[in-house]
Amino acid sequence: MSTNSQPAVLLPNERNFFSFLISELKPKGKIFTPFNIISFPIMMIGLVIIFLRFKNGIGSVTNLTQDVPWGLWIGFDVVTGVAFAGGAYVLVFMVNILNLKKYKPILRITVLNGFLAYLFYSAALLLDLGRPLNVINVVIGNNFGVSSVLFLVGWHFLLYMLALLLEFSPAIAEWMNARKVHKILSGITMGAVIFGITLSVLHQSGIGALFLMAKDKIHPLWYNSYMPLLFVVSSIFAGISMVIFEGSISHKVFSDQLDESSHQSHKNIIVGLAKICTVGMFAYFTLLVLVFIHEKNWEYISTPMGSWFLVEIIGFVVLPMFLFFYGYRHHKITVIKVASIVTLLGIMLNRMNISIICYRWDAAERYIPSWQEFVVTLTIIFIEVWVLRWIVRRMPVLRQSPEWARNSH
Amino acid sequence: MSINRRTFFKAMGATAVALSVGKPVFASDASVNESEFYGILYDITKCVGCHGCEYDCADAHGFTEFDIPKDPPFRQTDEKHRTVVNEYETSKGKLPRKTQCMHCNQPACDAACLTQAMHKTAEGPVIWREDKCMGCRYCMISCPFDIPKFEYNSTNPEIVKCDMCAELLKEGEIPACAYNCPEEALLYGKRSDLIREARRRIHDNPDTYVDHIYGEHEAGGTSWLYLSPVPFNEVGFNTKIQTTSYPGLTKGFISSIAPVDILLPAVLLGIYEATKSTSKTEEEL
Ligand code: SF4
Ligand code: SF4
Repeated sequence: MSTNSQPAVLLPNERNFFSFLISELKPKGKIFTPFNIISFPIMMIGLVIIFLRFKNGIGSVTNLTQDVPWGLWIGFDVVTGVAFAGGAYVLVFMVNILNLKKYKPILRITVLNGFLAYLFYSAALLLDLGRPLNVINVVIGNNFGVSSVLFLVGWHFLLYMLALLLEFSPAIAEWMNARKVHKILSGITMGAVIFGITLSVLHQSGIGALFLMAKDKIHPLWYNSYMPLLFVVSSIFAGISMVIFEGSISHKVFSDQLDESSHQSHKNIIVGLAKICTVGMFAYFTLLVLVFIHEKNWEYISTPMGSWFLVEIIGFVVLPMFLFFYGYRHHKITVIKVASIVTLLGIMLNRMNISIICYRWDAAERYIPSWQEFVVTLTIIFIEVWVLRWIVRRMPVLRQSPEWARNSH
Repeated sequence: MSINRRTFFKAMGATAVALSVGKPVFASDASVNESEFYGILYDITKCVGCHGCEYDCADAHGFTEFDIPKDPPFRQTDEKHRTVVNEYETSKGKLPRKTQCMHCNQPACDAACLTQAMHKTAEGPVIWREDKCMGCRYCMISCPFDIPKFEYNSTNPEIVKCDMCAELLKEGEIPACAYNCPEEALLYGKRSDLIREARRRIHDNPDTYVDHIYGEHEAGGTSWLYLSPVPFNEVGFNTKIQTTSYPGLTKGFISSIAPVDILLPAVLLGIYEATKSTSKTEEEL
C-alpha cells in the first residue's frame, strides 16, 4: 500500500473534482486477499437472492411464518445491528461532551462505522418491507402514524443518520481538500453531536419499546416493561465491545495508516474502554436481577426456557463482565478482546431471543432462517466492509488529518 | 467547535415540537365514542360448526378458489382464510369456535401501524388500507390475537384480516357471516346493545352459559363478543389476556419521548460547558 495517499491540492473546480473522484475510485491495495476471495462470491450470490426476493416475493427466499413475521433480517440486521452501532454515540459523548481527549484517535473510525452500519441496516430494512415504495408515506408525511413506536423509532433513526454524516463530514472535506467547507462543517459538528446523542438514546430504547405490545408472545423471562431501558443500557457496552473488536482488526489491516504513537495509545484506549464496559455491564446485570425479582419469574427458571435464560445471563453477561474487569485491572489486552467477543455474542443472543427465538416460542411451526437469509445478511455486512475499506484508505479516518485542518481550530 | 447558544436553542425547540407530535393519539380519545361501535355477538351454544361463515366470508372478499381441508386439524386464519371455525374437545363434548379479528376498541395493530394503514373506523371495524401500508408487519408483531396475516408469496403483498365487511356496512348491509348464519349464532348490532343482550342470555339461562362475556373487557374491550357454555380456555381463548388496552403498554414510552428530546440536549450542553475548561487536565478514565 502506498503511503502517499494524500490527495494532491485541488481547486474546487468541477472538472478537477471528477478526475479526482475517478482516480480515487480505482482500487488501492491488493485485489486477491483472502477476504476478497471469500466475500466476493458470497456477495454475488447475495445479489442474486435479493433480485429473486423482488421478483417472487419475500416468501420465496425466507422461511418467515405467519406466527413469526420478523426474522433474521430484522432480528439480526436491525435489532442487533443497531445495538452494535451504539459505540458511535457513546464515544461521541465521551470525546465531545465529556472532553476525554484520550479517545479522540478512534472517534472518526467509530463514527464512520456507525454511519455505514445504519446506512446498510436501512437497506436491509427495505428488503424486508413487503411494499417498500410506500415507505414514502412515512417520510413525506401524508400518513403519520404518530402513536406508533415504529414511526418514532424510524424518524429518530433517520435523523441520527444525518447527524452521523455531519459528524463525519469534516473528514470528507479534508479528503477533498475543501478548506472553506471544512470550516463550516466543523462549526456545526457540535449541534450534530448533541442531537445525535439524544436521538440515539431514544431510538436505542425505542427498539426495545417496539416489542412492548407483544406482551403475550415473548416468553415472560424476556418480556418486561423495562425493555426500553435494558436496551439502551446494553447498547452502551455492546457498542463499545464492537469498537474494541473492530478496532483490533482494523489496526492490523490498516496498520499503514497509523503512526507509532497511535499504536501505543491504542492499548491505553482499550483498557479505558474495558473499564466502561465493566461498569455498564454491572449496571445492566443489576437491572436484570431487579426486573427478574419484580416480575416474580422464579417459576420459569426450572423449565428449559429458564436454562436458556441462565445461559444468556451467566455465560454472556456475568462472564464477560468479569473478563473485562480482569482485563482492565491487569492490562491484559487479549482478555479484553475475548471479553468483547463474548459480549457481542451475548447481545446477539439477547436481541435474537426477544425478536425471534423466544418470540412465539410456543408456535406450532418454528421459524428457522433459510440459507438465503444468512447469505443476504453476510452480503450486507461484506458490502459495508468494502465501502468502509474504500473510505479508510482514502480519507483521514485512522491517520492524522492534514496539517491545515488540524491548525484551523 | 463552537455554537451560538441562541440558535442552538431555537433549533432545539423546533425539533422538539416536530418530534413531539408523537403524542399518543388513542382511539379512546374523546373523538371516538366506544359505545357507538358496532360489533358481533357470537354465541357458541348456537353454532353448529357448519363452516358456512367461512364460505360466505371467502365469497364476500373475492376468494374464488376456496377450500377447507377435509377432516381438518387445528386451523389458523391465514392469508386465504380471514375466518376459521375449529372444533375443540371440551368438558361438554365437542364445541366449535369461530376465529377472526376481534376489532378491538383500542387496537394494537392500529397503534403499531406507522402509516395508519390499519385503522379503527368510527363505526367499529378495523380496516387495512392498501395504498398506505408499507408491509413492515409490525401490526402482526403487536396484535395480541395473532390476526393480521401477510402474503409472503406475492410481489405486492397485502395484510389480510377480517374487516367486518366494512364495504358492505357502508352500503347499509351487515357482515356476510352474520347475514348468512343459518343458526343465528352471529348477531350484528351496536356493541352496547350486544352486551345487554349477552347479559340477558346469561341471566335467563344461567346453566347454559359461563358467566362471562369474552371481549367485554379483554384487551380493553373488543367489538366481537363471545358467549360460551364452557370456560373460555377450553375453546382455545387466551384467558390471560390483559383487560387494559394494548396500546396503553407503549403509552409511557411514547409520552417520554418529547421531554427527553427537549431536556437531554440541554443537559448535554451543560456538561459540555462544564468540562470544556478542564479538558487539559482530564486524562483519566
Ligand atoms: S384483533 Fe388484532 S388485528 Fe384485530 S383489531 Fe385487535 S389488534 Fe387489530
Ligand atoms: S404491515 Fe402495513 S398495516 Fe401492518 S403495521 Fe406495517 S404498514 Fe401498518
